[in-house]
Amino acid sequence: MRTYLAALLILAVVTAGCGDDGVATTGGTPTTAAGVVRLLTHDSFLVSDEVLDQFTAETGIEVEILAAGDAGLVLNQAILTAGNPVADVLFGVDNTFLSRALDNEIFIPYESPGLASVPDDLQVDPEFRVTPIDFGDVCLNYDKEAFDGLVPPQTLLDLTAPAYKSMLVVENPATSSPGLAFLLATIATFPDDAEYTWHDYWADLRANDVDVTEGWETAYYGEFSGGSGTGDRPIVVSYASSPPAEVIYAEEPLDEAPTGVVTDGCYRQIEFAGILRGASNPEAAALLIDFMLSEAFQEDIPLNMFVFPANRDAELPVEFLEYTTLPQSPLSIDPATIDANREAWLDEWTTIVVR
Amino acid sequence: MDDDSGAVRRSPWATAALAAIPLSFLGAFFIWPVASILVTGLFPGGSFDAAPFREVLTDSNLLGVAWFTLWQAAVSTVLTLVVALPGAYVFARFEFPGKRLLRAAATVPFVLPTVVVGTAFLALVGNNGLLGVRLDGTIWAILAAHVFFNYAVVLRTVGGLWSHLDPALEDAARSLGASRWRAFTRVTLPLLRPAIAAAASIVFLFTFTSFGVILILGGPGLATLEVEIYRQAKQLLDLPVAAVLALIQMLGVTAILTTYSRHQERSAVEQHLRPAAEVATRPRTRGQRVLVTGVLTSMALLLGGPIAVLVERSLHGEAGYGFGFYRALGQGSRTGARIVDPLRAVGNSASFALVATGIALLVGLCAAAVIARRRGQLSRWFDTLLMLPLGTSAVTIGFGFLVALDAPIDLRAAWILIPLAHALVAVPFVVRAVVPVMRSVRQRLREAAAVLGAAPHRVWREVDLPLVARATAVGAGFAFAVSLGEFGATSLIARPASSQTVPLAIYRFLGQPGTLNFGRAMAMSVILMAVTATSVFLIERFRTPGPGAF
Repeated sequence: MRTYLAALLILAVVTAGCGDDGVATTGGTPTTAAGVVRLLTHDSFLVSDEVLDQFTAETGIEVEILAAGDAGLVLNQAILTAGNPVADVLFGVDNTFLSRALDNEIFIPYESPGLASVPDDLQVDPEFRVTPIDFGDVCLNYDKEAFDGLVPPQTLLDLTAPAYKSMLVVENPATSSPGLAFLLATIATFPDDAEYTWHDYWADLRANDVDVTEGWETAYYGEFSGGSGTGDRPIVVSYASSPPAEVIYAEEPLDEAPTGVVTDGCYRQIEFAGILRGASNPEAAALLIDFMLSEAFQEDIPLNMFVFPANRDAELPVEFLEYTTLPQSPLSIDPATIDANREAWLDEWTTIVVR
Repeated sequence: MDDDSGAVRRSPWATAALAAIPLSFLGAFFIWPVASILVTGLFPGGSFDAAPFREVLTDSNLLGVAWFTLWQAAVSTVLTLVVALPGAYVFARFEFPGKRLLRAAATVPFVLPTVVVGTAFLALVGNNGLLGVRLDGTIWAILAAHVFFNYAVVLRTVGGLWSHLDPALEDAARSLGASRWRAFTRVTLPLLRPAIAAAASIVFLFTFTSFGVILILGGPGLATLEVEIYRQAKQLLDLPVAAVLALIQMLGVTAILTTYSRHQERSAVEQHLRPAAEVATRPRTRGQRVLVTGVLTSMALLLGGPIAVLVERSLHGEAGYGFGFYRALGQGSRTGARIVDPLRAVGNSASFALVATGIALLVGLCAAAVIARRRGQLSRWFDTLLMLPLGTSAVTIGFGFLVALDAPIDLRAAWILIPLAHALVAVPFVVRAVVPVMRSVRQRLREAAAVLGAAPHRVWREVDLPLVARATAVGAGFAFAVSLGEFGATSLIARPASSQTVPLAIYRFLGQPGTLNFGRAMAMSVILMAVTATSVFLIERFRTPGPGAF
């Protein structure tokens, strides 16, 4: 027995020791070599190896991708390390958090030539501190099977009708990014100065038995009845790209998406990349941002991150053309307005819906 | 028995040397990072700002959150003890087929991601749940989940000591006319108290900082301080308020731990510990058989229910049952991007767990030796400090690493941070498993060894070490399991895709719609369960009892 324990202890010391060695050699020195650029991003980031290899072949620069949690947490980390960042480029700040990022001066300006192919409405920052890379629309999804022979909701207002009682599940805007986007959609649709405000709307949704979950996973997989959902609510707040995802990640091949999109009341989220102030390799960072706007990278985006490319010349995969509808006039609110009101809106929402 | 006068005093230098390892570990990877992030939050722009304090202390909702955090943790702890103590008794006193495997399997819930357990609970007690009662959105679902997650803590920590208690003591009380209940409450319970207190403190801290369970099963109306810190950090980006909440959380934990350690020190009783094999017997009487069957049935329902849901879902495809989801684990996206590399994720998780367990054993055993030998204020503070990471928000620790560990070497994106963060949480398990046993080792044994000329380190090696070996294995098993299941802090550490762990892979699959993604998340969860049960089982094999050994 003693030998076992002694072995265990030796193992402990040795592994701890090895660990320290590892640090000194692998993670010890921050990247300064011209040959490496570090990209800090959220956990949902995904890109094909061949695409990154293409960048390396063209520029001689290796890309090191560092994921660090959910988009909001990653931004907060970038703010905490402002001026002394762990990476050169940050990807994944969206328009709901943009003001906070800009106010904290975490980025340095860079105007990429690739912006020529990006529609103006995606270019939110006139000082070019951030570059739009992709966009996605947060939209209501419905279970086609549950609405077989019935009419799915056409507008946000429809959801307050008795016909849709106990059908909707939404994410809590205080803990979830699509949840916040949906709240913003309702604020944009039923503004404070209208006769029927978003306060009234949410009170009516509550009266119509809306279900609130903490995050997208629980809403979609736990409560929603359509597609891969295991619950019994036929309407959920998700993305315009969710139906293609249902088709692509179906267990058995499908000819048709099991879920549909309500194109009214969609909120547009734009994701940006920027060069972090204090980056050890700003030149390589600029090249990476150019590359992120290139068709090679842009066409790789939809099937990996299930959002739409910002570059209008990028071709969409067939699933995105066939199984979803993009909203004609997605909603959005100015980032500065969001930043000024976010906390108050969330408090008011909580009072109306939860308490 | 509390008399210390005849104790073999270690030289102060030896104690200092032993204490130096845990102190430098905690100093570098807990105190310094947490202090740095709190200072960053509380002194924005370099000067102290009282506004966030005022905001928190005058916000009745936030005070309600603090109160809810406290009482739900207290109730969860009591409930876990009530449900799991009979289990600890049965596992300590009876032999039955498959016992070791079951004890290892009981740790499985402990490592499962809360999102996964959450959906399993929803399948059982949610809308149209299999059990027919709807508990989601109520405190009952939260309490049930807390018992589910923490059952093993009581089973293993209390069971560890119970299996060495000399049954002769209780028999003597019985033969002197005490009723079974009286013999239990007057003899066994006081002897078990250190282990019960140790288990209770860990369960309390775990539920005090409960996060996923509250979010998923409690619905939007219920929040703990942990949930609120996360919300402030993630959606409101309000670092000052998050820092105040983190401070309140840590102060609350410190107050509770201080009370605990006073109590703990007084209640430790030296006793004659017996080898587990001599104590456990096959159930003989009808009553004993009923008890064993009852405990095993309740475990099967409570722990087995949600696990069975996950296993079923991982195997149940559209074309019937099969291993399709498992085979598809490594499948990339349509463009060939690698989403999850299942073998690599398992390899990473196991390697991180090995390193984390190594660090936790080194730090935890040194710390336990100091705590068990030295009594008084200093030792109590040391003990509290060691436990504190368990009661600290993952956001506080993750952000703390980020602001503090950039110099002298920039560790902020180094892989070693992952096992270090895991070890912080794992150390208390080693300490809690080992200290009660160490304190119970009879001083006379040590004295005898010293009289016979053994040097202090030799006394420790020859007397204490064999006796605490079993407890160490229990602690190591927990440390390994804690590391395998850790998600919160890991996800906040900037890491390359090649460092993906199994829990991160599960969340990755759950991040996008599709039956294949959901099925693969379930399959990955089942793999996590299997890896956990196997490794805990193997770690326990380390203590194969030789003649007279523990």
